Amino acid sequence: MKGAGEPSITIEPIMRVETRRQPLPPRERLETIFHVEGLDAIYGSKTALKGVSMEIYKNLVTAIIGPSGCGKSTYVRCFNRMNDLIPSFRMNGSIRYHGQDISGSNIDPVAVRRNIGMVFQRPNPFPKSIYDNVAWGCRVLGMKDDLDVRVERALTQAALWDEVKDRLKASGLSLSGGQQQRLCIARAIAVEPDVVLMDEPASSLDPIATQAIEQLMHGLKSEYTFVIVTHNMQQAARVADMTAFFSISRGEEGERYGELIEYDATEKIFTAPSDKRTEDYVTGRFG
Amino acid sequence: MASIDTTSESARRPFEGRRVHLGDVVLQGVAGAAAAGATALVLLIAWKVVDGARPSISKFGISFVWHDVWNPVVGREAYGAASFLFGTAITSFVALLLAAPLAIGIALFLTELAPRVLRGPVTSLVETLAAIPSVVVGLWGILVLGPALRSHVEPWLHSALGWIPLFGPPSSAGASIFTAIVVLTIMILPIVSSISRELFLGVPAELKEGALALGTTRWEMVRGVVFPYARGGIAAALILGLGRAMGEAIAVTQVIGGGTTISWNLFNQGDTLASKIAAEYQGATSNLDVASLIYLGLILLVLSLGANIAAQWIVRGVARRHGVTRGGRA
Repeated sequence: MKGAGEPSITIEPIMRVETRRQPLPPRERLETIFHVEGLDAIYGSKTALKGVSMEIYKNLVTAIIGPSGCGKSTYVRCFNRMNDLIPSFRMNGSIRYHGQDISGSNIDPVAVRRNIGMVFQRPNPFPKSIYDNVAWGCRVLGMKDDLDVRVERALTQAALWDEVKDRLKASGLSLSGGQQQRLCIARAIAVEPDVVLMDEPASSLDPIATQAIEQLMHGLKSEYTFVIVTHNMQQAARVADMTAFFSISRGEEGERYGELIEYDATEKIFTAPSDKRTEDYVTGRFG
Repeated sequence: MASIDTTSESARRPFEGRRVHLGDVVLQGVAGAAAAGATALVLLIAWKVVDGARPSISKFGISFVWHDVWNPVVGREAYGAASFLFGTAITSFVALLLAAPLAIGIALFLTELAPRVLRGPVTSLVETLAAIPSVVVGLWGILVLGPALRSHVEPWLHSALGWIPLFGPPSSAGASIFTAIVVLTIMILPIVSSISRELFLGVPAELKEGALALGTTRWEMVRGVVFPYARGGIAAALILGLGRAMGEAIAVTQVIGGGTTISWNLFNQGDTLASKIAAEYQGATSNLDVASLIYLGLILLVLSLGANIAAQWIVRGVARRHGVTRGGRA
């Protein structure tokens, strides 16, 4: 029984989520899923990102943080070739995915995206029923067996099943913003990707919906690898095992480009960063 | 200065007293008159058409619609709209059937597939098609299209698909229902494709990205997201195209050849409501002839209004559905 003075709803304090993170195994025991080397991302004549090299590890949550305009969204969209939709875009350098370079022009972006899913900044459910939002991708990609089971599993994994199981035929657009975003996560994982990229998935959501999404990432990381872009440092501190800090640097002619400053275990980035710029940013002194 | 202001009544109470703003009054008057004028004009035209058709309405009644004899010879006068209704229906529906996939294909090409440098110029060219006066299209139909269809396409269709009554033996003249259909197809193509193009452009980029991010191909994305999103609007565009095809008079008159029998053979000559009126109004022999032609116009007016209302109704339904989208996002 609860004491009389206690509130009936308890919101989990931020630290509880944070401490749930397991200590990282030593790096040599981690399996590399992406090996990025010397990556430049260029729009037309403007360089958005210069010389990014880092490894992303399997079954971890990797956060990309940094100020607006540092190219973090551009960076994460390199992994599933989403930037291909922008005509003037090109990349230099390499992104090896399980050893195979997926950055070349000979690579089929459709095949890449079947392995590497994405959740966007704003919830973008299709104008279809809740069921069809999840089932459509499976159908199109030929995963037609046990579709009901597949849909239920994806919605359960996205922590949405209980809320929608009685109205699967309702439009996906009838859900609240947080539910829509979980629907988009369910849609992304229903097609069984290897990696799920998240481009500021909680930036348009309230704190409770944000927490739901962070918790489901925790629950799912044994099955998937997450790369999450966030402008919210607390969020990175709560969900990520590894954190990469990007910032804006100035070239010789004053041109601005994004750059990877520091990449390390989240704990280290937030408590003992080795670069002064990282420290300024995580302590809120960024100018 | 301050002391002067405080003594003035209006400065002490600057918000009191509603004033009449001349500009607002003029705007209200002009805009209101224009709106009222347009409404009145529709009613006036409708009334005038009914009034002009009255002798024919009182003589033949509603059975005018399904009688297929048109005989203006004095003494044996008999008038019925059926063959022209049939001509209007078959030309406009088949034209729509041909134009729909072409127009949607053009719109898709221009929004999703064409290299960006081509999109602007090709879009302008397609829209220019709409700017060609229909009488010029009709001339082209007489001089080029009709003879070409007559000597190449029609015999070929007849030999390949002759077992279908639509593709009977070609008539000897260059004019045929089929020529009219092709002319109408060309005339409704720009309107349907330009509306479809707008609709495809209106599909939010984030929806398309969401589909592509699942690993779907461009075609799967178009079929799964773009088409369902634009479906209602495309239906409305098609109905508008149908209305345009039903109402087109001059170009059809030029190429359809004239004929007063119902024939399923597309390669025969025929007539539509609009082309009949355009061809014969000047030479109408009697009051009853004139009234019957106006009666044809009345039928056409009802059909066109019906198509227009249906299109508006669909568009409103779509707007409501998209309203849900915005509400859901908020």
